[in-house]
Amino acid sequence: MAEVRLTGLSKSFGETTALDDVSMTVPDGAFVVLLGPTGAGKTTTLRMVSGLDTPDSGTVHIGGKPMTGLTPAQRNVAMVFQQYSLYPHMNVRENLEFPLKSPLLRTPQAEIDRKVKQVAEILQISHKLDNKATALSGGEMQRVSIGRALVRDPAVYLMDEPLSSLDAKLRADLRVELKNIQAHSGATLLYVTHDQIEAMTMATHVGVLDQGRLVQFGTPRQIYEDPVSIYAASRLGQPRINVLPADLFGPAPEGAVSIGLRPENIAQGEGQESFVNRVEHLGDQTRLHLVFKHHDLVTVTDAHTDLQRGDLVKIQPHKPLYFDASGARLS
Amino acid sequence: MSFSVTHPSLRQKWIAGTLVILYALLTILPLLWIIATGFKSPSDAIAYPPKVVFDPTLEGYVNLFTTRTRMTPEALEEAGPPQTWYDQIVRQYDMVISGPSRYGERFLNSVIIGFGSTFLSVFLGTLAAYGFSRFKVPLKDDLMFFILSTRMMPPIAVAIPIFLMFRQLGLSDTHLGMILLYTAVNLSLSVWLLKGFIDEIPVEYEEAALIDGYTRFQAFYKVVLPQAATGIASTAIFCLIFSWNEYAFAVLLTSGTAQTAPPFIPTIIGVGKDWPAVAAGTTLFLVPVMVFTILLRKHLLRGITFGAVRK
Repeated sequence: MAEVRLTGLSKSFGETTALDDVSMTVPDGAFVVLLGPTGAGKTTTLRMVSGLDTPDSGTVHIGGKPMTGLTPAQRNVAMVFQQYSLYPHMNVRENLEFPLKSPLLRTPQAEIDRKVKQVAEILQISHKLDNKATALSGGEMQRVSIGRALVRDPAVYLMDEPLSSLDAKLRADLRVELKNIQAHSGATLLYVTHDQIEAMTMATHVGVLDQGRLVQFGTPRQIYEDPVSIYAASRLGQPRINVLPADLFGPAPEGAVSIGLRPENIAQGEGQESFVNRVEHLGDQTRLHLVFKHHDLVTVTDAHTDLQRGDLVKIQPHKPLYFDASGARLS
Repeated sequence: MSFSVTHPSLRQKWIAGTLVILYALLTILPLLWIIATGFKSPSDAIAYPPKVVFDPTLEGYVNLFTTRTRMTPEALEEAGPPQTWYDQIVRQYDMVISGPSRYGERFLNSVIIGFGSTFLSVFLGTLAAYGFSRFKVPLKDDLMFFILSTRMMPPIAVAIPIFLMFRQLGLSDTHLGMILLYTAVNLSLSVWLLKGFIDEIPVEYEEAALIDGYTRFQAFYKVVLPQAATGIASTAIFCLIFSWNEYAFAVLLTSGTAQTAPPFIPTIIGVGKDWPAVAAGTTLFLVPVMVFTILLRKHLLRGITFGAVRK
């Protein structure tokens, strides 16, 4: 396992800038999640690290060694692709064995058998080992795809939305399993996702990408509690952060245009009155959709609340975040 | 796969069936005629009206594979009674077998040249198609058009330059010369066909193999090639059919050592008007292509409909 360091990575595809001067250090043994909407440069970043694409400028170091000019095989990285890319002419076992049999690893057969068995058990595909890869369901294919990375012991694992095609139950299971594997093996993982629960539960570090630029890099808590911009703040949190005019609750610091309030940072019982528009009982918590001075906002309250549509609730901000006209955070 | 076709009525099925059978008969009739003629005696072969029912004989096949000499009655007396069934057949014309014909050699030439050039065109075509499909090739579209344009005139239009060139290079009447020639003609077809097939194979498979620790060539060999098998098989059939049946260049450029069967078969007629031997030679000549096609039939069907049917 190794540290991955990106320095000033830029890449354009024709007119579009995919990556714009991205620098970050993935510490050895870290689980780094890249967040951002489609087109933010998450997948491109993975492809730069893997060596499938070469940057226009900038360098990638893995384990302190520069990777410029090295092939994916020479970099010793494992990657799980977004579209499951199982080899259709092989069965599941052969797919899992394929990386171990490569000229890079040349694993003895006994060792191959042991690893394949172990990974198949973790991913619950032991009974499918002799099936043709094309005869699997989407979820099974994706598990084999993850398995093909897990049988190896690479410098870094790269995963591009590996859980996105799985159903909720399996997704939750594998999330825990991946985190366990990473924690036990000390693997370095660079992981792309849209799913903020994956980001919050698995990541040791989160990188927020916006149109090819890395706008913030830190622990999930840092990004959640101390975002650098409205954009970064909006990447995490469910329900999303409420963004309102800065002076809605009273005087705001100079230069502030917007106020950002996490749903749980709207204190109830004191302050100014708001109108309850909708009540969502989720079991463990209840979401309140409020209308305050003609602005919609969402907060959470006690699971057993008696509030109903039409009630009035007094609210006041708690730990507000202020942003300027460009969306950047005011300290 | 799902079809939204209404079920045909019995009458429609009958009409369609009849049409298909008629068409099949129409196309297969010349073939049956040739096969039947191969088993007729020379007089039956040219009988008018044609004989549909006849006494089958292997005379045509014996004549195809042998050269024969007419003997005087004394010489025949001296040679004694015929030893084998084929001796017996030729003896009724007061002849004895004086040696093998050249059909075997010519047939072997066809096999060497046909399969040799097919292998070479598919091999080179696969590599070229892979390159065109996967890499940034400068002037790619122009090059692809140029490759196709070599097919736009009938190859025989350049027969004279090729004839002169072959004479200069010492390639006239050699196996190598014919293999190179047929490969050159087939390459445009094979590059274009195979590029289509390789384009259909998602590049993600190779990327996965590169990540899994294989080199680009190993990824090509272990991942792309098995999936292109269908395309390679159908391309091979098309290439073989062309080089197997080619007549004009074979007449022009070969006369002896490298002569293929197509220009040789008509020469069997000679003065004896030996149509059964010609028919026998033609029938046997069909066999290798038929066997090859039947072996690769499964791939061929998928191959020629590729792009139209998606899994």
